[in-house]
Amino acid sequence: MSSAIPQPHTLPSAAHHDYAGSKIAMWLFLFSEICLFGGLFLLYSAYRAKYPHEFHDAGNELNFVIGVINTLVLLTSSLSMAASITALQKGSRRLAMLLVGVTVVLGAVFLVNKYFEWMAKFHHGLYPNGPELLKRPPGEILFFGLYFTMTGLHGLHVIAGMVVLSFMLALMARNRIRQDDYGKLENAGLYWHLVDVIWIFLLNLFYLAA
Amino acid sequence: MSAMAAHALGDEPSYLEAGGRGLRSWILSTDHKRIAILYLVCMLSFFLVGATLGVLMRLEQLTMGPTIMQPQTYNAMFTVHGVIMIFLFVIPGLPAVFGNFFLPILIGAKDVAFPRLNLLSWYFFVTGAVLAVTSLFTGAGPPDTGWTFYVPYSIRTGTNVSLAVFAAFVLGFSSILTGINFVTTIHRLRAPGMGWHRMPLFPWSLYATGWVQILATPIIGITLLLVILERFFGIGVFDPAKGGDPLLYQHLFWIYSHPAVYIMILPAMGAITEIIPTFAHRTIFGYRAIAYSSVAIAALGSVVWGHHMFTSGMGEMANVVFSLLTFLVAIPSAIKVFNWVSTLHKGSIVVEPPMLYALTFIFLFSIGGLTGLMQGALAVNVHLHDTYFIVGHFHYVMFGGTGFAFFASLLYWFPKMFGKMYNRRVATLAWFPMFIGFNMLYFTMLVLGVMGMPRRYYDHLPQFHTAHVVATVGSWFLVAGLLILLGNFVVALFRGRKAEANPWGGVSLEWTISSPPPMENFEQVPTIAGPPYHFNPVAHR
Repeated sequence: MSSAIPQPHTLPSAAHHDYAGSKIAMWLFLFSEICLFGGLFLLYSAYRAKYPHEFHDAGNELNFVIGVINTLVLLTSSLSMAASITALQKGSRRLAMLLVGVTVVLGAVFLVNKYFEWMAKFHHGLYPNGPELLKRPPGEILFFGLYFTMTGLHGLHVIAGMVVLSFMLALMARNRIRQDDYGKLENAGLYWHLVDVIWIFLLNLFYLAA
Repeated sequence: MSAMAAHALGDEPSYLEAGGRGLRSWILSTDHKRIAILYLVCMLSFFLVGATLGVLMRLEQLTMGPTIMQPQTYNAMFTVHGVIMIFLFVIPGLPAVFGNFFLPILIGAKDVAFPRLNLLSWYFFVTGAVLAVTSLFTGAGPPDTGWTFYVPYSIRTGTNVSLAVFAAFVLGFSSILTGINFVTTIHRLRAPGMGWHRMPLFPWSLYATGWVQILATPIIGITLLLVILERFFGIGVFDPAKGGDPLLYQHLFWIYSHPAVYIMILPAMGAITEIIPTFAHRTIFGYRAIAYSSVAIAALGSVVWGHHMFTSGMGEMANVVFSLLTFLVAIPSAIKVFNWVSTLHKGSIVVEPPMLYALTFIFLFSIGGLTGLMQGALAVNVHLHDTYFIVGHFHYVMFGGTGFAFFASLLYWFPKMFGKMYNRRVATLAWFPMFIGFNMLYFTMLVLGVMGMPRRYYDHLPQFHTAHVVATVGSWFLVAGLLILLGNFVVALFRGRKAEANPWGGVSLEWTISSPPPMENFEQVPTIAGPPYHFNPVAHR
C-alpha cells in the first residue's frame, strides 16, 4: 500500500514518487515545447525561402558580437546546470546550490544583454509597426517581426526557467531535493537545456543569416 | 499513509462520500473520479449553451430575410457556437470525462500518474472557459470570425477576437497537460500482468489521442499567439500588407485542427469499442487491428491538414498529395467499423440504451466518414467547399460520432459513476426524436450543400427554403430528444434506484468494483492473467 493515495485537502503533500514516470512526462512536455517553437521555425523557413535577399540584408543589422556573447553565456549556464546535478548526486549540496545560483545569474545576464540589444533596435525605429521598419521591403519587415517574436518567446522561456530554478533552490534549501531524490532538479535541468538549444537555433537563423 | 490505507480496507466508502461533500472537497480534490465529474458538469453546461445557439441559428433560417436576428448577430452566433462546441465540449469531451474516470480503473491503477497536474488541467479548462465567455460580453462585441479565426479578417475585425483566441490558447494548456498525464499513466501504471496487448481498447485510443494532444496542440497555441501579437503589435507575419502570407495561417491552423478532429473522434471510437462487446456478449473481433488502427489514425491524421485548403491556392501538387493522404486515413477508420460489425456477428446482442446509442454512432459516423471522402476528392471538393455539405458532414462526425459516443458512454458508465440507474425506457424513448431530428437537420444540410447553399449566411434564397424549414423542424426534434435524455439523468441522480456493481454483464475491470467506486478504486491491485473482453459463451442468461 505504498502507492499514492489521492486525498482531498492535502494538495501540497500528496506524495508521489515515480522517477521514470516524471522523466517520461518531462520529455513529453519538451516535445510539446519543441512543437510550439516548431510553428515559428516553419514560418521562418517559408519566409526565408520567399525573401532570401531581404533576410540576408536584415540579418546583417543584428549585432553578431552580442549574439555570440549571449550564446557563450547560455552555454556556460547549461554547464553549471549539469554540474549542479552531479554535485548533488555526489553529496555536496552547497556546491549544487551555488551552481544553480550561477545558472540563474547567467540567465539574467543573457536577458540584460537581450534588453540592450532590443532597445538599440527600438531607438532606430526598428520594431513592429515602427516608422523605420515600415519603410523597409516586406522581407525585412517579416524578418524583424519573426526576430522579435521568436527571441521574445525565447526570453519568456528563459524567465520561466529562472523562476523554476529559483523554486529548485528553495526546495534544495529545505532538503526536499536531496542526494537520493534529485528528479525535480534533473527535470528543471532538462528544461534549461532545451531553452539553451533553442537559442542555438535562433543564433543561426537570425544572427548568422547574413 | 500505509496505516491510513490499512484502516480504509474492508467496506470502503465510495469516492462520492470519502473526502467530504462540500464544494472545497470537490474543487481541491485530486481524485481522478471527482475531477471527471467536475469536467462533466462544466461540459454539459457548455454543451447546452452551444446547443441553444445552434437552435437560434436554425430559427433564423426558418424564414427568408431577418427572422430573429441581424447578420452581425448571426456571425457572432456561428463563431461562438463553434468555439464553445469545439474547444469546450468536443475536444476535451471524452478524454477529460470518461478518460479521467475510467482510464486508471481500466488499467487497474488507483489514479492517474500526476493527480495534482490533473486538477491543474481542470483549472486551465475553467480559466479558458471563463475567458471565452468573457469575450462575449466585453470589448466591441463577440468575435465574428468563425471558430477558425482566419486571417486577415481576424486581425482586422474590431470585435473581441484577442480574448477569444487567448481563451483557446489557455484551453490548449489543459489539453496538453491531460495528454502528458494519460500517456505517462499508461506507460507507468498498468496493473501487474497487463502487457500492452492485454490493455482494453479505450485506453489504447486515449494513448493515441494523448500523443496528438502533446504534439499538435502547441502548434495552434503559437498560431493563436501570433494572431494576438498581430492584433496588438502588427508583427506582419500574417498580414498581406506587410508581405505576410495568410495561407501560412491556414496551414498552421489546420496542422493542429485536423489532428484535433482525431482528438475528438479517437476516444469516441475507443468508448464504442468497450460498449459493443459487452452487449454482444462476445469478445472483440480484431483486437490488434483496432488497437493499431488508433495509432495509425493518429499518425496519418497528422499529415492530411491540406484537405481543408484545396480551394485556397496552395498548388496542384500539394492538392494531389493531401487528397491521397486523406483517402489513406479512411483505411484505419474503416478497419474499426468492420471490426465492430464483425464483433456483432454471431453475438448475443441485447439492445440496452448504451448499445442503441453505440449502434447509432456506427451508422451516423459512417455517413460522416463517407461524406468526408467525397470532399477529399479534389474535383468534388471545389463544388462542395464552403457549402452546407461541409456543415452537414462535420456534424455527422462531431455530433453523430463524438456526441453520440459521449451519450452512449454516459449511458454505459452512468450507473458506475454515480451508483444510480436511470430509467432505461425513457433513455430509449429519447432516442427516437434525437435520431429522427438529427437526420432531418443534418442530412438536409448535405442536400442543401450539393444544391449550392453556402455556409455562414444568415439568409437564404427561395430555392433553398423548403429544405431549411425541414432542417429547422428537425432541430426541434433533436433538442426535445436531448432534453429527455439529459433530464432522465438528472432525475436518476435524485430518484434513480441503486445500481448494481455490474448491471450490463461487462468483463472489464470497472465492473469488478462497487458502484460508485471506492476512493482508491481497488482494495488490492488486480493482477491481469489474460486478454481483455473474455466472455464466457454460456455464462450469460
